Amino acid sequence: MANLTPELEAERKRICQIAKDAGLDFFETIFELITYDQINQFAAYGGFPVRYPHWKFGMEYEHLSKSYEYGLSKIYEMVINTDPCYAYLMEGNAMMDQKLVMAHVYGHCDFFKNNIWFSKTNRKMMDQMANHATRIRRYMDRYGYDVVENFIDVCLSLENLIDRYSPYVEKSVTKPQESHNSEPNYLLRVDRSYMRDYINPPSFVEEQRRKAEEEAQARAQRFPQEPEKDILNFFIHYAPLTDWQQDVLSIIRDEAYYFSPQGMTKTMNEGWASYWHSRLMTTKILNDSEIIDFADHHSGTMAMAPNGYNPYKVGIELFRDIEERWNKGQFGREWEECDDVRERKNWDRKLGLGREKIFEVRKVCNDVTFIDQFLTEDFCVRNKLFVYKFNKKTGKFEVDTKDFKAIKAQLLFHMTNFGQPIIRIEDANFENRGELLLTHLHEGIDMQPDYMSETLKNVFKMWKRPVNIATIMDETPQLFRFDGKEYTQHKLGEGPSPNPSNQESSGS
Amino acid sequence: MSIREDHNRFREIVKGKVKEDLRKYVSQGEMIGKREDEYVKIPLPRIDIPNFRYGPKQQGGVGQGEGQPGQDVGDPGEGGQGQAGEAPGEHLLEVELTMDELADILGEKLELPRIEPKGMKNIESVKTKFTGLAPVGPEGLRHFKSSYKRALKRMVGSGTYDPEEPLVLPIRRDMQYKSFKKVHQPQTQAVVIYMMDVSGSMGDEQKEIVRLESFWINTWLKKHYKGLETRFIIHDAAAKEVDEDTFFRTSESGGTLISSAYKLCQDIIQTDYPVSEWNIYPFHFSDGDNWSGEDTRLCIKMLNEFFLPNCNVFSYGQVESKYGSGQFLKDLQKEFGSDDRLTLSQIESRDKILDSIKDFLGKGR
Repeated sequence: MANLTPELEAERKRICQIAKDAGLDFFETIFELITYDQINQFAAYGGFPVRYPHWKFGMEYEHLSKSYEYGLSKIYEMVINTDPCYAYLMEGNAMMDQKLVMAHVYGHCDFFKNNIWFSKTNRKMMDQMANHATRIRRYMDRYGYDVVENFIDVCLSLENLIDRYSPYVEKSVTKPQESHNSEPNYLLRVDRSYMRDYINPPSFVEEQRRKAEEEAQARAQRFPQEPEKDILNFFIHYAPLTDWQQDVLSIIRDEAYYFSPQGMTKTMNEGWASYWHSRLMTTKILNDSEIIDFADHHSGTMAMAPNGYNPYKVGIELFRDIEERWNKGQFGREWEECDDVRERKNWDRKLGLGREKIFEVRKVCNDVTFIDQFLTEDFCVRNKLFVYKFNKKTGKFEVDTKDFKAIKAQLLFHMTNFGQPIIRIEDANFENRGELLLTHLHEGIDMQPDYMSETLKNVFKMWKRPVNIATIMDETPQLFRFDGKEYTQHKLGEGPSPNPSNQESSGS
Repeated sequence: MSIREDHNRFREIVKGKVKEDLRKYVSQGEMIGKREDEYVKIPLPRIDIPNFRYGPKQQGGVGQGEGQPGQDVGDPGEGGQGQAGEAPGEHLLEVELTMDELADILGEKLELPRIEPKGMKNIESVKTKFTGLAPVGPEGLRHFKSSYKRALKRMVGSGTYDPEEPLVLPIRRDMQYKSFKKVHQPQTQAVVIYMMDVSGSMGDEQKEIVRLESFWINTWLKKHYKGLETRFIIHDAAAKEVDEDTFFRTSESGGTLISSAYKLCQDIIQTDYPVSEWNIYPFHFSDGDNWSGEDTRLCIKMLNEFFLPNCNVFSYGQVESKYGSGQFLKDLQKEFGSDDRLTLSQIESRDKILDSIKDFLGKGR
């Protein structure tokens, strides 16, 4: 398997030991030395050697190899979350680069193994992917290449309609008990029994009970009963699909769930790996002659353009910031309430809890909670972060604000649901005609109309009945509908209207 | 490797997309003057998997730097260090195709037949080609590198090689010589002569159409005839021969005497291309606004006496002039009817270029 040169193998052993001594804990990690063309291939396949046949991998490959040939980008490192972990080194990179990559990879492997958001992923995904490929090839042989490929296109178009948190939710086996309260909860509270008929007069009780019953009935009739976020799963069970289509869709869904935690922890994962490569390289691994090259490479990776978010940079700086704050005791109520600038600057309780804290953070957080808990105003000022927005007047992207709250909101927005719109199935029997109603939980940003219409057409290909999506476009609630022939747009309130039930619109 | 499969599939899809919109690309001027192995960039509308997503313009993001509010940060779609696996930018897909590939697509789209060279005009040429290595041969063809390698291998294998004193002594057995083979290559000889009317009545748009059309015809023919010769003639009241570059860029003005071009063309053929050995394809483009009926009669006479008997096919394309369509096309139609040695085509506008190309090349003569 491993085909490292003796020099690399010696370094690998040394770096592995150094990483273990530093407290990192990882599955066995197998490094392989491959050519740039192979690395582009693997990268196009998302790191895996075998995937199902599809042109999007070819497109990705073309993009990667062109960028490499023109010297625009180069992939230094690739690591797959499996047990054992596989990581790739590129042939012909300088020794210092290889060492850096190895140190970085051990950081990732530690993260994969210990972060709870990875706790549900299939660690034998390499085999699983190969298995998927075989199944899809078999369908292609049986039903025709184009037929299967077209269906995969449709599936991939809906790939992001999954419920990213569902793997972590323990579904309780027993159904929640129906409330047997003697006092139905729709009545007003009565503290003195003699007041009962005044506070809740019989007519009111009657009316409330009827309402509650109607609601319960309506809920029972609604399908799905609760709005469904895992739209792919819903289609697998309820859309009119043939057996092979069901299987293909479930393959796409499985793979989407496999890659989901990597998206949810991108900033942390890269930050953690960068933190460790930087620490290990500069304290233990490098020799004197390599330090300049290291600094050059490291700063290149950490560079953050004014118009681009770099997860490596934000991640590593946040981990360092957390370590320093917990070392110095800059947390808790006393710290928060202190507003003396000089005191805050020299605040040092000498607690030395930093290391312990960052290990804890890497275990329990994902990007959203990471930013939510640990991004501070000081941090934003020190790192000169700002929010940029598109200015319609000048037609350019411009710096909008340096306000801490805005920066935090922007980052969180980008990370929630992977920066993608949250869409649920509201009603699968819309208008009592078996139509599908999707709702978009609008959070201030419209969807891109041309992509939306194309995607909606793909939803139709799945559902095979007219499909609708309710969203807000140009500040008016609107309903878009595709009935197989025509794509139409209605203002809400005119024409077909979705169920007004939006009680849970804040989402989970 | 299966990525090749996916990659080829992707290229196929791209070519399919290009084919769909070929009309648009063919009428774009910027491709003129590209060589067959040069790449052309073609912006594709979208070859992408759609999904529900936010519009990029509304979204904004977080950046880092000194900037003050209001400062331009540049388009986030470009630049920056893209890490693999990051969200791909919102860029328009640009694919690169060689002119060669594009000519193929053109051929497929128009269902153009492969052009069969006529009759016995093929000559075979003999070429020598180095094909491999042989243990014997003249010293002049000794292949140093592989001889050295074999000697080195032998010495290392037999243990006589000393890294301290890296001396390699080849013996007879190590020597390698280049060996060659005689290859018979059938060679077709073909010449295409493009004539363009650049008189004052031809507007810029007309000239552009003519250039585009002759460019695409040229590209297609070059693909099918290795060693195709091309000659270019421009004419107003007088004709002159020019090089390719001038042909595609020049603009002149003056009266129109079509016979002047035909005369020059005849001279060129008679001096350089003996009709018994060459496939000859004259193309003439004009707005058909000839100076006088007399000149037209002269042209018809020349066509009758020289061009039609001696050329594979004579092609005449008439662009719609801004002063109304010229008479020349009708005159030719009247005179020759459906003589298949003469191809006539009318090009009303840019969009008709493709159809006209099909008129000319569809016969496969």
